[in-house]
Amino acid sequence: MEMLVLSFTIFILALFVGVELINKVPPTLHTPLMSGTNAISGIVIVGAIVSAGTNHLSPTVASVLGFIAVTLASINIVAGFMVTDRMLNMFKQKG
Amino acid sequence: MFALVNLSYLTAAVFFILGIKGMTKPKTAVRGNQLSAIGMLIAVTAALLHHDIIGFTTIIAGILLGSSIGALLAKRTAMTSMPELVASLNGVGGGASLAVAGSTWLTAIAANSVVTGVWSAAILASIVIGAITLSGSVVAVLKLKGTIGDSKRARQWQLITAASLVGILACASMMFGEGQLSSLVLLAIVGLCLLLGVGLVQPIGGADMPVVVALLNAYSGLAGAATGFVLENQGLIITGSLVGASGLILTAVMCKAMNRSLPNVLFGGAFGPQADTQSKSNDSEFYDGKVKYATPDDLALLLDGARSVVMVPGYGLAVAQAQHAVKELANQLEARGAKVSYAIHPVAGRMPGHMNVLLAEAEIPYDQLKDMDTINPELPQADVAIVLGANDVVNPAAAEDPNSPIFGMPILDVHKAKTVVNVKRSLSPGFAGIPNSLFIRDNSLMVKGDAKEVLQATTSAIKEL
Repeated sequence: MEMLVLSFTIFILALFVGVELINKVPPTLHTPLMSGTNAISGIVIVGAIVSAGTNHLSPTVASVLGFIAVTLASINIVAGFMVTDRMLNMFKQKG
Repeated sequence: MFALVNLSYLTAAVFFILGIKGMTKPKTAVRGNQLSAIGMLIAVTAALLHHDIIGFTTIIAGILLGSSIGALLAKRTAMTSMPELVASLNGVGGGASLAVAGSTWLTAIAANSVVTGVWSAAILASIVIGAITLSGSVVAVLKLKGTIGDSKRARQWQLITAASLVGILACASMMFGEGQLSSLVLLAIVGLCLLLGVGLVQPIGGADMPVVVALLNAYSGLAGAATGFVLENQGLIITGSLVGASGLILTAVMCKAMNRSLPNVLFGGAFGPQADTQSKSNDSEFYDGKVKYATPDDLALLLDGARSVVMVPGYGLAVAQAQHAVKELANQLEARGAKVSYAIHPVAGRMPGHMNVLLAEAEIPYDQLKDMDTINPELPQADVAIVLGANDVVNPAAAEDPNSPIFGMPILDVHKAKTVVNVKRSLSPGFAGIPNSLFIRDNSLMVKGDAKEVLQATTSAIKEL
């Protein structure tokens, strides 16, 4: 129960940090912001890695799901960061 | 070791926060994105050090497969299809959270774990949000692509939504009541949630997809945060809520720009009055003989004398891939001493900031891109405003006609410019389905045609003057 309260505190505080930060992002960068947050939502890969790697000797449904999760999260991370970089470099060239 | 791993997750979260902070200015944005990527590398490395991991084959195979697909997507996607890519990635993120939750659930069954109420609630949230994000995004992508049109059976979908909600509640109460986990219940919940996602997004019109994409972006983050609660991983919670906050803010920005509330966007399709089909028949009457047509040559003559020109890009510009043609015309005008700026409405295009990316791709300096509040006071001084495939966001009815369905929606005041030129393929109404009184104003000209072709014809006509 204590863990839950702690986690919940962190959740709420992080929401506030997020709101404060993202309100300062100019509309010009809203599309890269969305693809960039797509990339960092790939953080769920840390859970996926544990799911995929901790299973017992024979492959189970759970480890297959883990594999799927690792694959999906990697798609998010790589596509998200690369496409964001591609877009942001277009903004960087001049100005 | 445990403390070290958790500290690494915290470090990663700090990198993400600094990365988003970099995104607040175009100049520091590339660096910000790199910081986020470093944070991700730290997190992945820490996860690989987890003491429970006994086999790396599956993990490495997954990472390799996912990375190649991701790299291919990032390289191949055209800037015009960015909304589809972001919507797909939302769905992929939701799917990843769903798969992690499902795997954790099955592992708990296999281990005969005694589960707490908190754990059950967290895993349920993770599954519900993840599955809705996954199936909702699939529908959103298909709608953005135009594969599925607007639903005429909104009421049926409303029933399906309600039925799946009831089903999910029943499953959840079984889960809490019995205190037992079964893979059958898991399967039922996942199926029902996927159905719920389709039922929620399907009745929403294609025009409102920018809002839906932003909201699903928030959901994909919240699904990650819920997974963080399941795994008791604070790094995941922090990151998930950052993404959630980002999506929610963008959703709010979009809604405000359309002068609509979020519930109206989400449920207007299913619960609101069915759209009347009468307006279309009145269109020809509305425009009859009152629209003044012009050719690209006329436009060139007009622009030759202009000192200040404002371009107003809309979704039509993206469809016609006309961003480079705009830049060419602007170069000609600037060479003649005219001042060119670009007026960007918050909901122009198919996602927040989409127009800015397209214009940036054509190497238009971002300081020439003006948002609505900056450009509106300047528009009365503009000699020519060129509307490129935008419609509802420049409809003066929003400001002047209290009976108009879009009354109160903030618009770009292009009708106040000395001359407005509308480049449009036809007189068909915009997403709002209403005629645009801008086209019949005294200071308004209509150049019919594809935005790219018209712009190219105008550019060559100007060169010959």
